[in-house]
Amino acid sequence: MSNTVLNNHTTKNVVELCGVYQSINGHDILYDINLEVREGEFLTLLGPSGCGKTTLLRLISGFEEPTRGTIFIDQKNVRGLPPHHRHVNTVFQSYALFPHMNVFNNIAFGLRCQHVSTTEIKTRVADVLKMVKLEKLAERKPDQLSGGQQQRVAIARAAVNRPRVLLLDEPLSSLDYRLRKTMQIELKQLQRRLGITFIFVTHDQEEALSMSDRVVVMQEGVIEQIGTPRQVYEDPSSLPVATFIGEVNIFPGVVTNLLDSKQLAINYLDKVRVTKSNRTFSVGQEVNVIIRPEDVRVWNQHEVSANETEEMFAGTVEEVTYKGTTVDLIVRLSNKQSVAATEFFDEDDERLEYKIGEQVWVSWTSGWEVILPHETR
Amino acid sequence: MKHANYFKSFSLITIWIWLFLFALLPFALMLIASVLSHDENTIVRLPFTFSNYTELNRLLYIHIFWRSLVIATIATTLCLLLGYPFAFLIARLQSKWKNFLILLIIIPFWTSSLIRSYALIALIKTKGVINAVFLALGLIHQPFLLLFTNTAVMIGLVYNLLPFMILPIMTNVERLDNRLIDAARDLGANQLTIFRKIIIPLTMPGIIAGCILVFLPAMTIFYIPDILGGAKSILIGNVIQNQFLIAQNWPFGSAISAVLTLLLATFILIYRFVSRGNKKEEWL
Repeated sequence: MSNTVLNNHTTKNVVELCGVYQSINGHDILYDINLEVREGEFLTLLGPSGCGKTTLLRLISGFEEPTRGTIFIDQKNVRGLPPHHRHVNTVFQSYALFPHMNVFNNIAFGLRCQHVSTTEIKTRVADVLKMVKLEKLAERKPDQLSGGQQQRVAIARAAVNRPRVLLLDEPLSSLDYRLRKTMQIELKQLQRRLGITFIFVTHDQEEALSMSDRVVVMQEGVIEQIGTPRQVYEDPSSLPVATFIGEVNIFPGVVTNLLDSKQLAINYLDKVRVTKSNRTFSVGQEVNVIIRPEDVRVWNQHEVSANETEEMFAGTVEEVTYKGTTVDLIVRLSNKQSVAATEFFDEDDERLEYKIGEQVWVSWTSGWEVILPHETR
Repeated sequence: MKHANYFKSFSLITIWIWLFLFALLPFALMLIASVLSHDENTIVRLPFTFSNYTELNRLLYIHIFWRSLVIATIATTLCLLLGYPFAFLIARLQSKWKNFLILLIIIPFWTSSLIRSYALIALIKTKGVINAVFLALGLIHQPFLLLFTNTAVMIGLVYNLLPFMILPIMTNVERLDNRLIDAARDLGANQLTIFRKIIIPLTMPGIIAGCILVFLPAMTIFYIPDILGGAKSILIGNVIQNQFLIAQNWPFGSAISAVLTLLLATFILIYRFVSRGNKKEEWL
């Protein structure tokens, strides 16, 4: 079926997974995975540890075979094809550089296995070394390199084989915060320069959002949502996606009225508020109202007049965390529900001094909430 | 911090004292003894002489040295060929039997190797277990003549020294990072290439440790040629033992030991020199 289906797409799919299941010792690791990876894109598999994202990578690379389902690489069914016959290469979590070989020999390893001529090896390794800016370190052994340099050797070693897809298994997780930030940018630039499709695995939602063209959010062996970083952040398809990506406030509520196809009234936090949603709901349906902390505004008693407070919620500041560019607050509402709020420093709001126990008003713009059907998890 | 420093100096001083008393001092005494004279009444006496060393430069002793080297080399090679696959398999075994198998390697150490060598006689002598079984099975019509041959010495050496080859290699293979093998596979290496280019180089420290641990005793262990080789198989270890215990000629025995030490030290130095020269490794 693959060929006919794939030819309909405008952009070519490099990798395609159809109904892939993987179970080990009777445990389901992956459950009905359907995924299309487009040519040249930066795709991120995002999920908490143990959600099956690394297993998914190992299925594509050929280190594991799925119990059910089909994997296509370049429109070719790769069942039974060992790793070295697939046009994909992996950058391993701990880089797995060969400690007894220098940088040049590490990178040349794959080419030598394919019996590429010595002169071609020399030029190709030199090219890729230049690309990762390590020309001067070709003679070094891996243990003489810093974490970031090792990382780049690992990418060069995989990229020199000109794979159709580069699989990266949490390649930045062992780097410190600052270096990770630099490598994120470098990796993204490198991907554009190489023009290779990247499938990147991470549990760091910030990393996923900032680097990817598309994000695949996984949870307990299931794909919860596939979308652009903006889609998964602003319009999460399910509660697990919303809670995993970024901080959220979740308020249970009930739909009281449907105004038109987009607008509906919901009773939550002892108030009936009108909001927008693209989903369809019925009157009386239980829902979860989700609002991001950065969308929550906090006002102190002097900043608001009595007629403004109608739409607001009264509360007490319970916790204040200064974060440099922001101040994070936990506000306990009068109905005991707590709300997390992130206030940004800006010129309009010069007063961001909150005291614990201070009486405040909490509000957010109607329509910025995400409404999801109630699910019991 | 201060306590840690005390502990560190204490440990280091202990090691230095130990090495001085039990390694350096005996070695120095041996060197001194090797340049002293000897007569029937005294073990060592003045004057200093190099005659012990010049005496060694005789075809008989050179022959024995050479034979010992050849036998030790063969024993080490056999131990490596037998021990490496064994060590590799055990180290990579993901089973509850693993510790039991390691125990099986170690159990023989609980019995004196002298006694185990005597036990070998019962197995390989003309009317021994092996011959009895082979005759009964009709595989041979005349018993093997194993005991008191070089083959018997070789069996004894390999049997006694195999654990010293297996254990260091096993520890080394256990530390081998599986992800390196995955990475090699990912980069297109077949099983043979992975073995030659990844596994062998990375387990080389274990191989060398094992070879040294087998080769050195194989040169000097004297009771195995004594028991299993009979009078026919004299190795350098037996010569040294004879000089000290039977001929009571300590200076000459010391001189042989000194030459042996020099020889083995040279081997290790040559190895280090060669391995340093190999730093620029070549492919295929």
